[in-house]
Amino acid sequence: MTDTLTAQSAATHVRHRKIKWNTVFDHLVLIAGSLMMIVPLVLVFLTASLPDTEIIKEGLQFKLGDQLGPNFQKAMFESSGFTNENTGMVMLKNSMILGVGFAVGKIVLGMMAAYALVYFRLKFATFAFWIIFTTLLLPLEVRILPSYEVIQGLGLMNTYTGLIVPLIASATATFFFRQFFRSVPEELVEAARIDGAGPVKFFVDILVPLSQTMIAAMFIIMFVFGWNQYLWPTMITTDEGMFTLVRGIKQIVQDFEGSNIPEYGRANLLAIIAVLPPVAIVVFFQSWFVKGLTESDK
Amino acid sequence: MKRAGFAVTWLPMLLLLPQLSIIAVFFYWPAAHAVHSSFFLQDPFGFGSTFVGLDNYTDLLGNAQYMKVAGFTVVFTLLVTFFSLAIALLLAVKADTVLRGAKTYRTLLMWVYAVAPPVAGVIGILMFDQSHGPLTEFFNSLGWEFKLGVNYNDTAFAMVVVSVWKQIPVNFIFLLSGLQSIPKSVREAALIDNRSASGRFWDVTFPLLAPTGFFLLIMNITYSLFDTFGVIDTVVKGEPGNNPMSLVYKVYVDGFRGNDLGGSSAQSVVLMVLVLALTIFQFRLVERRIHYT
Repeated sequence: MTDTLTAQSAATHVRHRKIKWNTVFDHLVLIAGSLMMIVPLVLVFLTASLPDTEIIKEGLQFKLGDQLGPNFQKAMFESSGFTNENTGMVMLKNSMILGVGFAVGKIVLGMMAAYALVYFRLKFATFAFWIIFTTLLLPLEVRILPSYEVIQGLGLMNTYTGLIVPLIASATATFFFRQFFRSVPEELVEAARIDGAGPVKFFVDILVPLSQTMIAAMFIIMFVFGWNQYLWPTMITTDEGMFTLVRGIKQIVQDFEGSNIPEYGRANLLAIIAVLPPVAIVVFFQSWFVKGLTESDK
Repeated sequence: MKRAGFAVTWLPMLLLLPQLSIIAVFFYWPAAHAVHSSFFLQDPFGFGSTFVGLDNYTDLLGNAQYMKVAGFTVVFTLLVTFFSLAIALLLAVKADTVLRGAKTYRTLLMWVYAVAPPVAGVIGILMFDQSHGPLTEFFNSLGWEFKLGVNYNDTAFAMVVVSVWKQIPVNFIFLLSGLQSIPKSVREAALIDNRSASGRFWDVTFPLLAPTGFFLLIMNITYSLFDTFGVIDTVVKGEPGNNPMSLVYKVYVDGFRGNDLGGSSAQSVVLMVLVLALTIFQFRLVERRIHYT
């Protein structure tokens, strides 16, 4: 890289300058873009470290205070709301259950359905495929009220089942695994059958291990998706002990409006905690994540 | 289906059963219910309902407030889609060009993907805070008295900014992988034919990105319509009042707060038709999609 640059710069001086300025400009654009994405979160983080009274007096500031520990203590272990069940820890636990349950459920159901669609001679396969496909037409936001009524009718309000199960059936995971199974060479099934493996054994011993990377990519995307759910938890959890962190954001906002001194530090810290797990997963597993995202949605 | 599949029939049915039953209970039943109750006028206290035919729909069309919300939704969708795609495209092109630090930039630019929309809304509230938000202070210094939650246009502006901010990473990831999948030979050929970088971009790169672009266009429209719910709910702090809101948010407000079940259901059905139209449009485009590889 450096060699070609010096070679080019040796060739013509004028060209050297032009190339360099273009690169500088490219970097400036990217730095500006990165700052635009990063600065808001840094500000939230810094605000979480300042005493609430100082924020009220001085506003948001670019400096690190000494209240990070106490604010963390307050956010995670001190309860808020009407009951004593709404601590950061409880919400973190609920978010984890929702994120993991959602991801695992989607992957298991999606793989099962995709396996059935790809590897069996089934008369109504096309019909089943279309039924699954039409769910794309019915995003949750469109059927809010009746879905709520169904959950209420089934007595699933304020339960993990009610939180997770209605969300886990969807087309995306099924399509994704269907696409992947189709790319698996046919010789594998033939070989497995010659060796006397039944459909269950083939699925468990060959197909699942083969799908490992795909499962990992799906898990990351679906975990983030589940963790970030807002509307559904908002509707079906009224019990504060069942709130997820993202659902708890509603409370955080109301804290800003409180009649007492708004607890900025505590609220901002909760926002940071709500952001950290999914962001950490996306950043650490970004190659899997990008692969899964770009391949699943196209 | 694979040629060398298995011949058993009970197993695939068993495998499909959980998926299909969840779809039946949590998708079809509520959807059918929405269509059904859109023809009824329900008593807010649950004492029966009367069949009113298409009245709920005609009420919507004649309702000035609903039309205002629809108008806002259209403008909002256009602005969010345009700006999030344009900024992401600029950043993706630059990230694709630079050789040093490309991975660092990618990490910095994509992490916001993982931020939940309502959390993005909270960050937005802080940035646009009335008394000490840095962006509010910045606008004030320019002579624009920014009033979040009070002035309709200012609130709408903040909603657009937050929604665009939240959506840039998704578009960036897709556009960057689209750019990186353009074969090297094509780039080199273009380099020989066309000296100017912008000429190369518009004549070669942009058309090659078009399939990704169409896909993202639909995805962004869907995002603006549905996924911004969390942003809007936090920015208006659950108190819509005179604030701007999207069609989806109105379904929620009318159904849950106003207890107007019939009207809310009719709105749901209108949205379903909208999604259906978008999906058909998307598939038409995918069918016609030109493959370059």
